[in-house]
Amino acid sequence: MTFCPRVVLLIGLLLPGVVASAAPLDESRRPAHVLNRLAFGPTTTDLERVKTLGVEGYIAEQLDPALITPSAALDQNLVRLTTLNLSVVALYLEYGPTVRGRGQKPDRKVVRETRQRARVILDEASTARLRRAIESPRQLEEVMVDFWFNHFNVFANKGLDHLWIGAYEREAIRPHVFGRFRDLLGATARHPAMLFYLDNWQNTAPGSPGARGRFKGLNENYARELMELHTLGVNGGYTQQDIISLARIFTGWGFVLPRARARGSQGGFRFDAARHDASEKVFLGRTIRGAGIEEGEQALDMLARHPSTARHIAYKLAQYFVADEPPATLVERLAGRFRDTDGDIRAVLKDLFASPEFWDERYFGAKFKTPYHYVVSAVRASGVSVENHRPLRGALFHQGMPLYLCQTPDGYKNTEAAWLNPDAMMRRLSFAAALGSGRLSLGGKTALRSGGPDIAAKPLDAYRLMRLAANHYSENTRTTIAEAAPALKAALILGSPEFMRR
Amino acid sequence: MKRRQFLDTMLAAPLWCSMLTSAWSAQVPGGREKRLVVVLLRGAVDGLNVLVPYTDGHYYDYRPGIAIREGRSDDRARDLDGRFALHPALAAIMPLWRDRSLAFVQCCGSPDNTRSHFEAQAYMESGTPGVRTTADGWMNRLLSVLPGEKDAPRAVSFGPVLPRIIKGKAPATNVAVGKAATHAMPLDRPVVSAAFDRLYRGDDALARAYREGQKGRRTVMAELAADMEGSSMGAPGIRSFDNTARRVARLIARDGGTQLAVVELGGWDTHVNQGSGAGQLANRLKPLGDGLMALIRALGHTYKETVIVVMSEFGRTVRENGNGGTDHGHGNAMWVMGGSVRGGKVYGDCPGLAEDQLFEGRDLPVTTDFRDVCAAVLRAHIGLSTTQLAHVFPAYRPAFTHTAGLLTPW
Repeated sequence: MTFCPRVVLLIGLLLPGVVASAAPLDESRRPAHVLNRLAFGPTTTDLERVKTLGVEGYIAEQLDPALITPSAALDQNLVRLTTLNLSVVALYLEYGPTVRGRGQKPDRKVVRETRQRARVILDEASTARLRRAIESPRQLEEVMVDFWFNHFNVFANKGLDHLWIGAYEREAIRPHVFGRFRDLLGATARHPAMLFYLDNWQNTAPGSPGARGRFKGLNENYARELMELHTLGVNGGYTQQDIISLARIFTGWGFVLPRARARGSQGGFRFDAARHDASEKVFLGRTIRGAGIEEGEQALDMLARHPSTARHIAYKLAQYFVADEPPATLVERLAGRFRDTDGDIRAVLKDLFASPEFWDERYFGAKFKTPYHYVVSAVRASGVSVENHRPLRGALFHQGMPLYLCQTPDGYKNTEAAWLNPDAMMRRLSFAAALGSGRLSLGGKTALRSGGPDIAAKPLDAYRLMRLAANHYSENTRTTIAEAAPALKAALILGSPEFMRR
Repeated sequence: MKRRQFLDTMLAAPLWCSMLTSAWSAQVPGGREKRLVVVLLRGAVDGLNVLVPYTDGHYYDYRPGIAIREGRSDDRARDLDGRFALHPALAAIMPLWRDRSLAFVQCCGSPDNTRSHFEAQAYMESGTPGVRTTADGWMNRLLSVLPGEKDAPRAVSFGPVLPRIIKGKAPATNVAVGKAATHAMPLDRPVVSAAFDRLYRGDDALARAYREGQKGRRTVMAELAADMEGSSMGAPGIRSFDNTARRVARLIARDGGTQLAVVELGGWDTHVNQGSGAGQLANRLKPLGDGLMALIRALGHTYKETVIVVMSEFGRTVRENGNGGTDHGHGNAMWVMGGSVRGGKVYGDCPGLAEDQLFEGRDLPVTTDFRDVCAAVLRAHIGLSTTQLAHVFPAYRPAFTHTAGLLTPW
């Protein structure tokens, strides 16, 4: 069929926005770009890896993390975080509210102590997350954890979620970051952390046999966010009636409580048929027969395959990886890929990273880093081996982005509009100054005891830092750094306008 | 006793909690700069025990364990207007009521019915109930339409982070509370900031944000350093609202300085054992009342140019629960204090407490949108136009139905 190439050429001419206007990124900037977007910024090691494999090779490897040898040092450190691998049920039994007799008032002291003891869970989850983001050679996996955790956000300070925040990431998010969207959706839907956060554990058919106490009525919270945030998107084509139908479909989805029943449970999820609305529902124009827990699975199938979901996810991925206002052509193509592959996240990402838009010169350094990106990338660039992660958590807190503590279900945003403000700049630069001058106590407890951080303060190696992204500093940045006092150079690199962006 | 005399003899009381303050004032044509202090009570304060409807028999039926009787003794609520009485722990602010610079608007709240603290606080701060995507706070939008010197640092908050209500494009400075309050940041060192000044001398968004941040921080730190030298601060290390209140006053009292302040106080989520005239809630109200008086006392004559608004994300259930506490409700009282306030009056449409008058049979209804009260302050005290109000509270047209006469227009 000899005419095929001509047809292809013709299509190319008809769609100038797709390819023709894009100026491809200069070859010398491709390694920095790929590490800024698929990783939390360059390190000496990862830059070497990109050079060895080539940019395409690095992308292929990152998309298939099972092939990347894990860091033994990282794994050893993670093993020591003992709450990290506890199940939802074990966490509840070990750290949850203490038993008290019927009608007995809770002892405030005991409640406070219990809560205090449980803080180790958030501490360890945060340490693990930062360690992985900084050290893991499987960088894209960590980037996708950041992306999907915020997409399916849960707030660690809401009630029982302080127990389950780490388990949620481990069980519902991590296994599926490159997998099928439907699996990810299903895992979050059944996870006690999500069921608690968006109140579905209380969602009960009014007048059902199981309706009593706090379980007496419909709760639409999860149903609404499931469509607005997790799948279809705010203008995704659903009505208030659909929200009510979906809430009825999810009546009875909850978790095993109290303690006595929790023992022996797998995963903590429990469907309570006695609180389920067994009647027929009309959802997104389709009739759903009363079928117990299967109704929920059916609704999740419908939502995962809905074209609005494909578009919504495609938009969010393009926004995260390319630009705050992502090119419409790219979003359309990625949405198509999402639909064609039944929500294969890896396939969508593969197309994204091969797209001319991703490699368009105009988007180089176009994303303003979130505080998380900023802090993690600065520490990675510094090459400092972090044993004490508290100063980093403190920095995230002060920059308005504490780990696992985004209250609202929409998760932390990743746009410049959300993060660039005068106070944020002061906080960022103070962090850069402290890290660059070696004054952050990142070296663990022993380092702290031996004389305090200031005495040991030694500025980072500015020349090493400079080499990591030598080719894209502006003239003003270069001269300012060149003419600055040696002790200030590293702080200025980490606090430069170029380092604020990725 | 005259107000000034009383204020001058007021003793400042320590307040235990972390408090976050942002302050702002406006230069009005032909007038002095106006200041606004917003106090956010996070966790939903029980407005029915702040403003006790002691003449409504239902109140005592609903709350057998936690209701407060009216009277003069220490555990009894102080009569305000023959219908409502003030929680005894707030006795410190009674002089404001008698001087008519303190008013309440009962049954205020958000049109969004959420009973989630987080959502309701987000809406109270964004000023856009029901819209989750609003990135900035209404006090930040206010900054951009505030009359006066645009270049001067005009907003400050005290606390661990810049709160959502004042976060946004316009510059606002955050100062830590407690021991950390006057700790220098690395960026405060002249040699460091000089180098960064050079790095950010351009005219892009980052450079502008940098310069605004620097200007705000330098001004605020200079003011606070002067205060330290005057040795008017309390013993170092004591975390007290008194200190914070006087810092707020210090920053907003001077003309041409800070005009907008936010103060945050937590610990109001009294599901269990909230107490009545004494107890948990009383222990939190006492330092709040004392701290407000310390602030007003330190403001001196600037109090005339200041309005203080105290608000919470929603109210609590009318009925006491099985644990001697109250659960998440709906309508609540807003407190308004200041020189231009027509106080000594409880505003708002507050129906009785019969079950059919309650929202969903359990809560005080919301008959006044919280934005009406804020907008009334912005219009009368600051002098904002309708267009400017629409910028602060987009897609909202205040009705002012129950806030008529709340303030004397300037």
